[in-house]
Amino acid sequence: MTDVIDQKRRCFLRRATTVVGGVGVAFAAVPFVQYWLPSADTEAAAEPMTIDISKLKPREQLTVPWRSMPIWIIKRDQEMLDTLAKLTPTLRDPLCTQDQQPDYCENVHRSIKQDIFIAIGICTHLGCVPTYRPDVASVDPAWLGGFYCPCHGSKYDLAGRVYKDVPAPLNLKIPRHMYVSATEIKIGEDADGVEGSISIS
Amino acid sequence: MTDKTVQTKQQRGFVNWFNERYPWADFWRKHLSEYYAPRNFNFWYFFGSFSLLIFVGQILSGIWLVMEYTPTADGSFASVQHIMREVRYGWLVRFMHTTGASAFFAVIYLHMYRGLIYGSYQRPRELLWLIGMAIYLMLLFEAFTGYVLPWGQMSYWGAAVITSFASAIPYVGDMILVWLRGDFNVTGVTLHRFFSLHVIAVPLLLVVLVFVHLVSLHHVGSNNPDGIDIKKHKDKNGVPLDGIPFHPYYTVKDLVGVAVFLFIFCYIVFFMPTMGGLFIEADNFLPANPLQTPPEISPVWYMTPFYAMLRAVPNKFLGLLTMAAAIALMFVLPWLDRSSVRSIRYKGLASKIAICIFVISFVGLGYLGHEAVSPLRTMCARIFTVCYFGFFLLMPFYTAKEKTKPLPERVTE
Repeated sequence: MTDVIDQKRRCFLRRATTVVGGVGVAFAAVPFVQYWLPSADTEAAAEPMTIDISKLKPREQLTVPWRSMPIWIIKRDQEMLDTLAKLTPTLRDPLCTQDQQPDYCENVHRSIKQDIFIAIGICTHLGCVPTYRPDVASVDPAWLGGFYCPCHGSKYDLAGRVYKDVPAPLNLKIPRHMYVSATEIKIGEDADGVEGSISIS
Repeated sequence: MTDKTVQTKQQRGFVNWFNERYPWADFWRKHLSEYYAPRNFNFWYFFGSFSLLIFVGQILSGIWLVMEYTPTADGSFASVQHIMREVRYGWLVRFMHTTGASAFFAVIYLHMYRGLIYGSYQRPRELLWLIGMAIYLMLLFEAFTGYVLPWGQMSYWGAAVITSFASAIPYVGDMILVWLRGDFNVTGVTLHRFFSLHVIAVPLLLVVLVFVHLVSLHHVGSNNPDGIDIKKHKDKNGVPLDGIPFHPYYTVKDLVGVAVFLFIFCYIVFFMPTMGGLFIEADNFLPANPLQTPPEISPVWYMTPFYAMLRAVPNKFLGLLTMAAAIALMFVLPWLDRSSVRSIRYKGLASKIAICIFVISFVGLGYLGHEAVSPLRTMCARIFTVCYFGFFLLMPFYTAKEKTKPLPERVTE
């Protein structure tokens, strides 16, 4: 037995212990991080939902809570649909190239059926609920109808496409949806059977 | 006579017994009776002890509120009404807590302003300033989570707006948002976790940070309005000539301040607890409704300067970045100031003008963040935002260039 301390060995042991301990802490953190994700019952409550739109009149807005989010269903008349093409130069993403809608809504009117518009009524800026302003000149003199967010003044047209020069960066989100019958819409599920809120999640 | 001597002997005996087992006497000497603070502390030096007092008050009233509060989406709003109307003195404890939150920020802002004008952040107190900034950041988070709890309209939409900041993060923003909220939107799940953070996690962290702040302060010693080092001139016992023991001199001085502070505090609690919508906003007397945003939303007054900056920038991501940078710049203040003197008393004209502009900008932004948006107000907010950033970013230049006044050897008051 000597009293000489093997510094190299000690250094190795210290590093090895730190690494093994660090890996252990990282694994132990997993349950604590996952705990914050939606729980099983929260996910169950977020299942697809069927809405009856047989009583919806033209120009009328129906707001239904789904996943605690306001889902809008609006029956656009021809006059409203005509405004969409006129607004192209004033919009940020008129052709809907950003991933804010399922593929089958990637068109100018952003819907499956031309007249029935379905969207998640949450401003893409900071999450307020924009107001439905269908009347011409109701927000500013050049206004052709659309959605106006009272929080920070973001504007969207009647297909939920965002204007240029407003704080909101993206078009309103369109949820996955499908027609169960002519008057019944299922929110949160594709005709292909894909479930979920929007195209990207 | 003999009884008395026996008693004191016994007391001493107990004190000795105690001190052999716990360093109480050492602590008392080191941090109170022989902690020498500069003798020229003025009005601005009240706010540190006030904030400690408010912190204790918030913890006390908070513990009492939790006894009757329900942290669920269905029960929260009603339980706050229950506290206000049915619990004995519930209204008092709740208003103490809500007024305490605003008072906390009032004194913290004044405390930070003191550090700013007297250069208390300069070497060797950089770490003290950083710990203080961490406390400020945690306080903002504590105030935000607390404001959500009554589950009124402002609570709900405040939570919706502030959590949605996370959605600006590229690629993973939406996932992080769901993770933060624990649901696909702000719901009772979100409320319940904010409750946990508000009553346990953040206060616990704050206690630790305040402790570390004080340890750091007592290690480097207090700065003073002249910004000069009192340890340069000591008597033969090593006591600074310009220092006086914290106890009894400053404990008693602070006690007078506390009496005045409590008088004002109680006046607000009893006669103007909502402060005309500044401390408790009118929309928060309506229960949370996820389907309808109030016509105008603005945060409580102590967050409005940053909110005004957010609104002044027409791009979502850049707006959030501006807000974050505004707070980050406060952290690096010790490294921006290149002046050879600490206190504003001996700095040059440029520093004095800069601080004036900074104060006007910060207060101006605070006002604008509380008002509805208009083109003129947005323009003002942009000018103030530029001034705010100019104050920090130009500091290395004007503090290094300007002519400073000669420092006195000893404190001047």
